[in-house]
Amino acid sequence: MTGRLLALGLALVFVASYAAAQVGADKRRSGYQDMGEALQKMQDDDTANPGMLYVQLGGQLWKRAVGAADKSCADCHDAAPASMKGVAARYPAIPTGGDRPVDLEGRINLCRTENQKAEPLPPENRDLLALSAYVAHQSRDLRIAPPYDPRLDAFRREGAEIYRRRQGQLNLSCAICHDDNAGKKLAGIVIPEAHPTGYPIYRLEWQALGSLKRRLRNCLVGIRADAWPLDAPEYTALELYLMERAKGMKLETPAVRP
Amino acid sequence: MRLPILLVLALVAGSAAAQQPAPPVVPQVIDDSIPQSLTGRPGDAARGRAIVANRSIGLCLLCHSGPIAEERFQGDLAPSLAGAGSRWSEGQLRLRIVDGSRLNADTIMPAYYRAQGLHRVARNFEGRTILTASQVEDVVAYLVTLKD
Repeated sequence: MTGRLLALGLALVFVASYAAAQVGADKRRSGYQDMGEALQKMQDDDTANPGMLYVQLGGQLWKRAVGAADKSCADCHDAAPASMKGVAARYPAIPTGGDRPVDLEGRINLCRTENQKAEPLPPENRDLLALSAYVAHQSRDLRIAPPYDPRLDAFRREGAEIYRRRQGQLNLSCAICHDDNAGKKLAGIVIPEAHPTGYPIYRLEWQALGSLKRRLRNCLVGIRADAWPLDAPEYTALELYLMERAKGMKLETPAVRP
Repeated sequence: MRLPILLVLALVAGSAAAQQPAPPVVPQVIDDSIPQSLTGRPGDAARGRAIVANRSIGLCLLCHSGPIAEERFQGDLAPSLAGAGSRWSEGQLRLRIVDGSRLNADTIMPAYYRAQGLHRVARNFEGRTILTASQVEDVVAYLVTLKD
């Protein structure tokens, strides 16, 4: 009898402490929190954040008519601060009439080809990044909120599998570094938790704005894996998984990273 | 205009040929060690130290720290290399470098002398081991000197 009571008591203590841990502070860390103070200030100050130059350019492009339809983004979407608010927080998503998820840059290119009757912009093209930064900037400080869409589940699962699969000559997975060893130092640099909270980001190492796809490629090259081409669906699958994993964290676009 | 392109191609081809790994040695594993040198000769500790310190050849200091003061940015994902020569025998060190997954399937340490069983390896590294047999021996020779 005593044994049973003891077991029950222990179980209650366990449940109570588990519940307390659940309501406790979110322990996930944005890469922002692992940067030095100087870089944090650079990101926070719109006059010092180099990513804001791209956001400004994106604002100009938003109003510029292009393509055979001679339409601008604003002709359909009006003012972005209202119409684009929250959009980046829920991408990638499956476009109307489509059957595969697209990321924000993919969505912009769909608008170009379908509505503006213009050529799609190539991956990492400056104008594409600028438009993407401008649209994502309208969600700054909003929480990442992946859409409820069961059609995305299979793609998200694929992303999770890629994330956990060892690859490359160094035989590492994303999870080994960014789940199991996040916060430790790789060659003196803190390994981040890999939350896509600020894309496109201005990375000092690039001296430019770049997409999540470019960042993922950097890691693949680092582990000596065969990096998929920038338009490969694997990146969208990974992004779907990473956005789900970062659900509820605040967007920072344009983030600055070392 | 064509000449520079050809020249570049020739250089690339030349360097690729120079990097061709020697025919892979099949190491003899006994218990938790590989007692025999992969080359049949002892390695060179000074060369081994240089390999360990090199961020694109040995890669060791990305994850480990070690008594190599001039390399300021060292990792802390793995145990310090200091004292490795006291903790392990030469043969044990050799197996841990050749293929640590034979001791611990979940190890994060890459197998430095195994080219099989890997996935989606970049084309320029396909079929190649991270270190050559003689580089492995050099690193072993260096690590056994780390007594404290």
